[in-house]
Amino acid sequence: MIMKLLTIKNLNSGYGDIKVIKNVSLEINTGEIVSIVGANGAGKTTLLKTISGVIPAESGEIVFDGKRIEHLPPHMITDLGIIQVPEGRRIFPMFTVYENLLIGSVLPRTIKERKNNLERVFELLPRLAERKTQVGSTLSGGEQQMLAIGRALMGMPRILMLDEPSLGLSPKLVSTVFEIISKINSQGITVVLVEQNVKQALKLSQRAYVLENGMIALEGSAEKIINDPQVKKAYLGL
Amino acid sequence: MDSLSVIVNGISMGAIYGLIALGLTLIFGIMKIINFAHGALLMLSMMCSYWTWKYTGINPYLLIIMIAPVMFVIGYSTERFFIKPVLDAQKDVREPIAVLLLTAAFAIVLENLSLMLFGADYVMAKTTVTDATIAFGGVTLSAARFYALIIALVISGGFYLFLQYTELGRKLRSCGQDRNTASLMGIDVPKTFAIAFGIGTALLAVAAITLLPFYYVHPTVGNVFMTKAFIVVVLGGLGSVPGALLGGIIIGLIESIGAQYMTATLTTVIVYAIFLLILFIKPSGLFGSRLEW
Repeated sequence: MIMKLLTIKNLNSGYGDIKVIKNVSLEINTGEIVSIVGANGAGKTTLLKTISGVIPAESGEIVFDGKRIEHLPPHMITDLGIIQVPEGRRIFPMFTVYENLLIGSVLPRTIKERKNNLERVFELLPRLAERKTQVGSTLSGGEQQMLAIGRALMGMPRILMLDEPSLGLSPKLVSTVFEIISKINSQGITVVLVEQNVKQALKLSQRAYVLENGMIALEGSAEKIINDPQVKKAYLGL
Repeated sequence: MDSLSVIVNGISMGAIYGLIALGLTLIFGIMKIINFAHGALLMLSMMCSYWTWKYTGINPYLLIIMIAPVMFVIGYSTERFFIKPVLDAQKDVREPIAVLLLTAAFAIVLENLSLMLFGADYVMAKTTVTDATIAFGGVTLSAARFYALIIALVISGGFYLFLQYTELGRKLRSCGQDRNTASLMGIDVPKTFAIAFGIGTALLAVAAITLLPFYYVHPTVGNVFMTKAFIVVVLGGLGSVPGALLGGIIIGLIESIGAQYMTATLTTVIVYAIFLLILFIKPSGLFGSRLEW
């Protein structure tokens, strides 16, 4: 049975007078990987930030697990298990790898499980175990991305939202990151993937939404989107 | 005075400067706000301590357990009810100047309230510690200054360990590095800011009590320390905890040694000259770094 985990209805948001997200509606089902793709400035990051509560929603509904959440502050949304890996990784530069992981589990809900989660993260991302005492700002781009993902996992996500995880990484590392995302999903965590790397994101996902100028231009199964002539032309260069 | 006690006195006064600067550097490091009310809040702590001592006669050092929590609540509430609304209104502003003006106004209000309630008299808590001395292998030290040094060092060290190794310390530091990402970790950033302001103010209570037995209290006493706290913080590196203590001790030593050879006015000139010189060589301060927390 398909269960709706996150439902967004007629969402509008933006920065002051600038409307970025216009009347967006979408659904995320439990256990899926859903991609949100689109060009630069289409509103993908703004959409994630609105879901996370960093940017307030102007109107519309965000329903998570049957509860309205669009009015909640970001830390309470995180506490519900909606966890974002922000664009540009945003690891804490002065913290060691270990401290960065600890700060990912500061909520009472996660602090109890900290030890188990640390083991799980180090098993999935052995590189982090090697770099445990290294300061965040000295890590390479790929390591920083692993750390950002590991830190998010410490928060025990029910939905993991990744904002451009492949940005600035070498093609080989991009594949590694996508493999990790696939592994995380296979552990039962729902994944929302925002990407400009459309081809690889669509390959990994079951469904996708194409965002254009803050509106949903196209939605459906990843297969359908990847074969859409317009998408092919605009995003895949085929 | 022999040279050793001059040095110890300088270090002791400097450690108090450092202790005062610690709160300023904490509030700046985490909230990126320059708190112009810091001196006035020190004055308030000194007034509270003085009048509590006067009416109860409790040993001033024991007053720490009473005054520090009171000042924490005052600092926490100030942030929560006055600073937060202004900060929220200026959320998208890069340098929230209105907050700066608010703290400056708050300082003026506190000073004048204190003038109204307590008058302009200079008062001092003449306790048993005031005139006591401690002899250390031929060196005689003022007991009050010696205790001040010990308390300042213990509190600064403890505060550093608290920031480095506790759950709350880590939360505070994460807000100082990147408040948006901190909120994504599940940290209640506005509450953490209020706690930071509360801790910064509670540290002033400790400084106030170490000063009480040998320093006059009056409504504008904060100004004397405010200017020095700014110098100390900039000298040590904005936002740096070890920098605040070291910066304080440097200033304290210059003053104390200078006072042996020249007038107080000239000593102040030297303090500023050395301050400018260090900034000229290292503009970010001794321990300064963009990403200190």
